[in-house]
Amino acid sequence: MSDQQVLGEEQPSFHADDYEKKWIGVSIVLLVAFAVTVAVAGFALGFQVPGDESRVDPRTVADSGPFSQPGLRDLGGGEYDAYILSQQYLFTPREIRVPAGSTVNFYITSIDVQHGFKLQDTNINMQIVPGQVSKLTATFDDPGEYPYICHEYCGIAHAAMFGSLIVEAGGGS
Amino acid sequence: MTTLKPQPTYEMTGQEKRFIGLHLVVAIFALAVGSLFGPLQAFEWSGLDLYQYLEPIGLDDYYKGLTAHGVLNALVWTTFFITGFLTLTTIVGLRRPLRYPKLNQVGFWMMVVGLVMAAVPILAGWASVLYTFYPPLEASWAFYLGLTLVVVGSWIEGYGFFFTYIAWRKENQDVRTPFIAFGGLITMAMWQIATLGIAVEILTMLLPYSLGLTSGTDPELGRTFFWFTGHPLVYFWLLPAYISWYGMLPKQAGGKLFSDSLARLAFWLFLLLSIPVGFHHQFVDPGIPSGWKAIHAALTYGVAFPSMLTLFTVVASLEYAASRRGGKGLFGWIRALPWNDPSVSAQLLAGILFMFGGIGGITNASYDVNLVVHNTAWIPGHFHLTVATAVTLSFMGISYWLVPHLTGKPLWKPKWALVQTWLWFVGMVIFSNAMHVLGLLGAPRRTELGTAPYVPDEWNGHLLRVSIGGAILLVSVIMYVVTMVRTAAQKERVAVGEEVQIPIAESLRDPQLTPLWLDTWRPWIIGTVLLIVLAYGPQLYDQITNASFSSPGFGP
Ligand code: HEM
Ligand SMILES: [Cu+2]
Ligand SMILES: [Cu+2]
Repeated sequence: MSDQQVLGEEQPSFHADDYEKKWIGVSIVLLVAFAVTVAVAGFALGFQVPGDESRVDPRTVADSGPFSQPGLRDLGGGEYDAYILSQQYLFTPREIRVPAGSTVNFYITSIDVQHGFKLQDTNINMQIVPGQVSKLTATFDDPGEYPYICHEYCGIAHAAMFGSLIVEAGGGS
Repeated sequence: MTTLKPQPTYEMTGQEKRFIGLHLVVAIFALAVGSLFGPLQAFEWSGLDLYQYLEPIGLDDYYKGLTAHGVLNALVWTTFFITGFLTLTTIVGLRRPLRYPKLNQVGFWMMVVGLVMAAVPILAGWASVLYTFYPPLEASWAFYLGLTLVVVGSWIEGYGFFFTYIAWRKENQDVRTPFIAFGGLITMAMWQIATLGIAVEILTMLLPYSLGLTSGTDPELGRTFFWFTGHPLVYFWLLPAYISWYGMLPKQAGGKLFSDSLARLAFWLFLLLSIPVGFHHQFVDPGIPSGWKAIHAALTYGVAFPSMLTLFTVVASLEYAASRRGGKGLFGWIRALPWNDPSVSAQLLAGILFMFGGIGGITNASYDVNLVVHNTAWIPGHFHLTVATAVTLSFMGISYWLVPHLTGKPLWKPKWALVQTWLWFVGMVIFSNAMHVLGLLGAPRRTELGTAPYVPDEWNGHLLRVSIGGAILLVSVIMYVVTMVRTAAQKERVAVGEEVQIPIAESLRDPQLTPLWLDTWRPWIIGTVLLIVLAYGPQLYDQITNASFSSPGFGP
C-alpha cells in the first residue's frame, strides 16, 4: 500500500472505465442472445427434454402394468410406444424394430440402480432413475441400426449394457 | 472517509506456516495418488489394459480406480489445497492471526480423519460408487461418514475464518476488507450454504440406509440434493484460483489489479448465482418439470456473467502489467509477460484453457443442446479444462511460490517446473480435444470403453489421442510432485533477504474508494437465500412431500 493515491475529497463510488462498461454491455447482450436462441430451439422448434412423467414403485413395477411386458405397442398411424426396463446390466427388450417413418415414444424405468439411455445419432438422451419413468419421443426417417447405450455407471459390467433399435426400410411392420 | 496508512505485510509465524503446509502435504499426496488412475483409464480406452498388472495390489477394477480418481482429485486435492490457501488469504489479507487457531486445527484434523475413513472402503472395493455416489448404488457407511467429516471439517475451518474476520472488523470499522481476504470469505460463505444439499442427502438418506436403519432411498430426490451442492462445488474450486488471478497474479506479472469494484462485484455475483442453478445437471432427469429446468438454464447464463467480468479484469490487469514492462500491440503485449516464471506461466496457461472450458460450459448449460453431450465423454473433456486445468494448474502455479515461502527453501529447478506447466498445457489440449470429439460421436463417460461391445471403429483414433494426452499429463504430474518433494526436502535455504514473498497485488484505484455496498454482507446473503428459495423452493417442496423411500440399495 505504499504508492497509493492521495484521496483528497474523492468519495467512494462504483468505478468502471469506458472499456469495462462496453464489455459489460457486450456480455449481457451475448448471454441474452444465447438464452433466446435456446428458448426458441426448445419451445418453437420443439426440441424436448424429459419432464415430470410418472412415478412407479421400483420393487413392483415389473410385476404388473405396461412394464410387466416390456416392448413395442403399435398405436396405429405409424406411432409406437416402447416400454423398456433397465436393470444391471441389460435393457429389456434388447432389440426393437420399427419401420422407417415411425414415431416412437420411449418410456423407460429401472428396477434396481440408476442407468442412462442414449440412443446414438438422435436427440434421445435420458437418465433412468428407479421410481421414475423417463419419457422422450423421436421420429425415425432413416433406416439403419441405432444402438442404445447405458451411459450412467451402474456397476461392474456397465460397459456391456446396450441394445439396438433397428429402423427397417420400406414400411410395413 | 479513512485513509489507509502504508502497512507492513503480515509475517506468518512458523506455526502458521506449518499448519498451511500440512494442508498442502495432504493435497499434493491426494493429487499424486489420484492422478495415477487418470492415465490408466485413458490407456484402457485405447485398448492398453494395465489394470491386469495391478491385481496383486487390489487395484484391478476400473471403477474402483475411477472412484479414487474422482474423490482424490476433485474432492480431496481441491478441498485441502483450498482450505490451506484460504487460511493464508485470511490471515495475510487481514494482517492478523486466526482468532481461534485451535478451532481451525480441529477442522483440519477432522478432514484428515474423514479422508482416511473414506479412503479405506474405496481401496477395499466397498465404495465403487464414483464420486457422485448416486443412490441406490450402495457404499459402505464408512464412505459416507468419511465424506461427511471432510465437509464438516471444512465448515469448521470456515467458521475459524469468519471469527477472524469479525475480530478484524471490530478493529477496522471503516476499512474495506483487503481483497484476497474478501474473496476467501465469500468462497467459504458460498461453500457453507451450498454443502447443505449433500449434508441433507447423506444424513437423511445415505447414511441411514447404508447402516440398515431404513430400507431405501428416493433416488431422484437424492440427485436434486446432490446437485444443489454439485454445481456450486465447481465455484468452490474456481474462486480460489480467481483470488490468485485477480489479487496475486497481477503483482507477479509486475502490475496491479485493474478494477477493485468490478472484482468485488464478480465475487458477490458468484455467491448470489452459483447455487440456484443445479438443475442444469438434471436437464435429462425424469421427475423434474421442464419449466424448472428452463429457469435454472436462464440463471446459469446469469452466473456466466461474473466469469465474463473476470475475463475482462484479469486480461486488463495483465495488459497493464505488460505495458509497464514495455509490451505493445493488440496481442503483442502477451509476450512481454514474465513467462519464464513457472508460477506465472502455469496460471496464464490455465487461464487460456479456461476460456475454452467456459465456452464448453455454456454449451452444456444450454438446455436442449445438453441432450447431445449429457453423460458423454464431452463432459470429462470439459471439466478437465476447468477443474483439472484452470483450477489444478493454477494451484500448481500458486504452490511454486507458496511452498518456497512456507519452507524458506528455493524452488527446486525452476526450469523443470516451467516445462511441467507446458507439458500440462499440451497434454490437456490433446486429451480434452479428443474427449470433446468422442462425446459428440456419442461415446459414454464413466465407462470401461476398452471392453464395451458397441465401440465403432470411428472412435479409435480419438481414443488413442486420449491416451497420448494422458501419457503427457502423467509425465507432467510426476514432474510436479517431484518438484514439490525435492523443494521441501532439500537442505539448501534461501539467503536472508531473498525470501520468496507472498505476491499481493495493489489496486489501481484505492480500495477505500470502492463503494460500501460492495463490502457489506447482509444484503448479499439475504439475496442469496431468497434466490435459492425462489429457484429451488417449490420443486424441492414437491419432491420432498411426494418422496417415496422405496428404492432398496444395490451393490455395484
Ligand atoms: C493426470 C492426468 C489426468 C488424466 C489422464 C485423467 C483422465 C481421466 C479420464 C480418461 C476420465 C474419464 C473416465 C471415464 O469417464 O470412464 C477421467 C475422469 C475424471 N477426472 Fe481425470 N484425469 C487426469 C487428472 C485429473 C485431475 C487433476 C482432476 C481433478 C482435479 C480430475 C478429475 C476427474 C473427475 C472428477 C473425473 C470424473 C469421474 C467420474 O465420472 O466419476 N482428473 N479422468
Ligand atoms: Cu450402466
Ligand atoms: Cu454446473
